[in-house]
Amino acid sequence: MGNEATIKSTGSRVDEEVERGIWPKLVYVWRLLYRDKAGMLGLAMFLIVAATAVFSPWLAPYDPLKQDLMVAKQPPAYSEKGDMSHVLGTDNLGRDMLSRIIYGSRVSLTVGFFGVLIAGSLGMIIGLISGYVGGRVDSFIMGGVNMILALPYLVFVVFIASILGRSLLNVILIFGFTNIPIFARITRGEVLRLRESGFVESALSIGATRTRILFSHILPNLLGPLITIATFEMSGMIFYEAGLGFLGLSVPPSTPSWGNMLATGRQYLTIYPWIATFPGLAIVFTGLGMNLFGDWLRDVLDPRLRRTKR
Amino acid sequence: MTKILSVKNLVIKFYTFDGVVHALNNVSFDLEEGETLAIVGESGSGKSVSMLSLLHLLPMPPAKIENGEAYFYGNEEEPVDLLKLNRSGISKIRGGKIGFIFQDALSALNPVMTIGRQISESIIEHLGLSHAKAKEKTIELLKRVGIPGARQRYDNFPHQFSGGMRQRVMIAVSMACTPKIVIADEPTTALDVTVQAQIVDLTKELQKEFNIAVVWITHDLGVVAGMADRVLVMYAGSPVEIANAQDLYSNPQHPYTIGLMNALPNVKGDGDSRLASIDGIPPDLMDEPRHCQFAWRCPHAFDRCWEEIPQQVSVGENHVVSCFFDVENGRPKENV
Amino acid sequence: MQRYILSRLIQSFIMLVGVLFIVFFMLQLTGDPVALMVSRSASPEQIEELREELGFNRPVLVQFADFVGNAVKGDFGMSLRHNQPAMELILERMPATVELASIALLFAMVIGIPLGLLGGANPGSIWDMLARGAGLIGQTIPNFWLALILIMIFAVNLGWFPSFGRETYQFMGLALPTKSVILPAFALGLFTMGQLVRFTRSAVLEIKNEDFVRTAYSKGLADRRVYIKHILRNAAIPLISILGVQFGYLLSGSIYIETIFSWPGLGNLLAESIGNRDFALVQAIAFFTSLVVVSLNLTADIAYGMADPRIRYGE
Ligand SMILES: Nc1ncnc2c1ncn2[C@@H]1O[C@H](COP(=O)(O)OP(=O)(O)OP(=O)(O)O)[C@@H](O)[C@H]1O
Ligand SMILES: [Mg+2]
Repeated sequence: MGNEATIKSTGSRVDEEVERGIWPKLVYVWRLLYRDKAGMLGLAMFLIVAATAVFSPWLAPYDPLKQDLMVAKQPPAYSEKGDMSHVLGTDNLGRDMLSRIIYGSRVSLTVGFFGVLIAGSLGMIIGLISGYVGGRVDSFIMGGVNMILALPYLVFVVFIASILGRSLLNVILIFGFTNIPIFARITRGEVLRLRESGFVESALSIGATRTRILFSHILPNLLGPLITIATFEMSGMIFYEAGLGFLGLSVPPSTPSWGNMLATGRQYLTIYPWIATFPGLAIVFTGLGMNLFGDWLRDVLDPRLRRTKR
Repeated sequence: MTKILSVKNLVIKFYTFDGVVHALNNVSFDLEEGETLAIVGESGSGKSVSMLSLLHLLPMPPAKIENGEAYFYGNEEEPVDLLKLNRSGISKIRGGKIGFIFQDALSALNPVMTIGRQISESIIEHLGLSHAKAKEKTIELLKRVGIPGARQRYDNFPHQFSGGMRQRVMIAVSMACTPKIVIADEPTTALDVTVQAQIVDLTKELQKEFNIAVVWITHDLGVVAGMADRVLVMYAGSPVEIANAQDLYSNPQHPYTIGLMNALPNVKGDGDSRLASIDGIPPDLMDEPRHCQFAWRCPHAFDRCWEEIPQQVSVGENHVVSCFFDVENGRPKENV
Repeated sequence: MQRYILSRLIQSFIMLVGVLFIVFFMLQLTGDPVALMVSRSASPEQIEELREELGFNRPVLVQFADFVGNAVKGDFGMSLRHNQPAMELILERMPATVELASIALLFAMVIGIPLGLLGGANPGSIWDMLARGAGLIGQTIPNFWLALILIMIFAVNLGWFPSFGRETYQFMGLALPTKSVILPAFALGLFTMGQLVRFTRSAVLEIKNEDFVRTAYSKGLADRRVYIKHILRNAAIPLISILGVQFGYLLSGSIYIETIFSWPGLGNLLAESIGNRDFALVQAIAFFTSLVVVSLNLTADIAYGMADPRIRYGE
């Protein structure tokens, strides 16, 4: 069987794929999103929360800090003893629940956004170094990353929070730094995948510089996976912030935040159940939105799945 | 000769997010008992799809069989249309009457199950033997396909075999229940040349021994010349030419086949092994075919080729071609 | 296989050294560990006295060497509040947490794995909707809020379960769980249940497309056999590591649940010691939990290696 005649064609259609600009790609992504109702819903839910945070002063009917003991512990409007003056009722000090929930979205989103920003940018840089330099540097960095990822996260976050004390900045820093490893690992994985695919070598061989390759090939390809993970991480941070607040380890007690509200609600659980119920619903709403959106992003950005999608 | 399989007017489409892929357009062919039919064609021409669809092995959705029938004559009773069988009906055919050999044996075998079990589970399913009997039969089979130390190897896992040995195991899987037909989907592509030859020889031996019809899907025209009785040439989801192997080599009738033959390295063999290639790329299967799919690349294309889809016409004994052009006389055919 | 186990052992050992390092230097984060431990009203003399008593006046490296030396012997110092060795307290509290986490894991597995399998096997079906729903719910409902809601409904309103505390049933020297564990275990396990559903479902969806599954079908095997012998068997191997990780998660996630249900376990002890600024105890709990988690992962990795013939019979 000396002759290895095999049938193949010259040229290929793949180049077309690569040549497509950013704009058609965006249109394509929008079409995909439009088809996936769950993803749409998730995005809409997230946008509602984001708008609530941005426009809190205009949306909130009351000052979230204003105490009015005359109306303290007033039940929500749907209850017989409640009325429309405080739609979601008031807490133990007579502060308007709705206004506090609206303002609470600010704490959650601020922590989530800046936490992800810090963790994402530092993690990306570390991951890039690890994946690009390789060798000893890589094994050292990845050793540390894997170690931190294997630790009982919650225990250490609680530990650090109890040492640093309650402030918004501390909370952001805690989540920003403790989430570096996950971003570093994802980034490194992608860099290695891209390197293995061989196009870095081929780009080098036609004379592209390393920095150029970094900016024109590696970074754009990293964007998808990083955005997906950022969505999930942000929702995770919002959860953990609320959890810290619940334990009395997040922002100062006077600040309206969903976690702080839950902590108060817990004390009055059996007699004034709404104080704990509504902030929890706000957390669930936000988490649901971000997870639906994140799941969709993952599906879209993972080309293996896209193929068989109806 | 008796017919064992007869496929008529098979049309398959894939309904994907990006659009409809017209994977197979009107494919018809027959298979005789005990013969070897080679299917050749470029990547994406629909070779695998046509065979997988017969055993309901395509993912549905996205795949949908739009039209066609595939009569199988290997049952004791009436011939059956494979495409119309229900789940349990097709399960009896799969493995029992029609075996499959896949390209990459490493991924085609379950990595966490011993190869012995992977063969014997098929025997237990179809022949109803006890575990112990099935094991003995499996060991016999492993010996037959040339696995040394078969008894010990029974309990090995796929990764403990070499590529060639794995493909032998794959052959044993496909032939475990002495089927009437074995479909081999590029079984040698992943192997090196000497091993390829061994696999081809082994398949031929077993085919003779059990009188099995073999459908051999391949890119490799060298293998075709060595083992096929007849050849089916596929292009962009359409069968362009079917002929006896010698006929096809000495007297190709379709411009595409001719292109392939011209691009073949000198068969006498001066060691020069170029890749056969024809200029241009196959059409986008997303567009519904409205005319001859080869027209874009065809040196002989004329008006009619851009207007109609050519039907299969017989041009000799056992020689069918789908083309409006008469290459022998260098002019359009008149009576089609 | 031996090399695989050995390398995992070495990794785990290095990790534990790293944990000791982190746990020790965490206290130095603010510059003065002693200031963390005393109440605000403490006078400078009192602070100095405590500093001397606890040895925080020595150079940091000496302190660290001392800390590691003691830690190796299992000595993490005294709990200031309980006036009892930290390790002793931890071991006392351990059984309650293990009971809670195990039952939570059991619940998560019994519901999560079959649901994920059914969902992955029939995409788009009612089972799939249920599976996706369960995955989403597990991921979006915070367990601390869920626990409050459960108490409100099932303990306060319906009175079916106690709202706090752990009761056990003594049987032949064993402390068996009673219905007091149901609410906390459900609240704790829901997230893990969701994770298991999601993992199983996507593993099934992925493995379904593997070539060897097509081979299995090409042999004429029935769906049932293909799913159990081929798909599930392959999904089960990574599931082992997932279970290890999830059990570790349940152990540390118990801090909320145990606090809410006054469950006398480690999580409760941790929350309490943070409230009391009892940092020797916090350090000890952090290290101990890490130790358990690292050993769990090690066990899971070894089990993984045993289950996967490519590792078991690999070089
Ligand atoms: N699951 C699928 N979804 C969408 N399109 C598919 C799917 N499977 C196959 N196709 C399309 O069907 C066409 C025929 O594919 P097929 O696998 O039969 O080609 P082939 O001739 O076997 O090629 P190769 O030599 O590369 O194996 C291809 O164009 C392919 O894109
Ligand atoms: Mg193929």
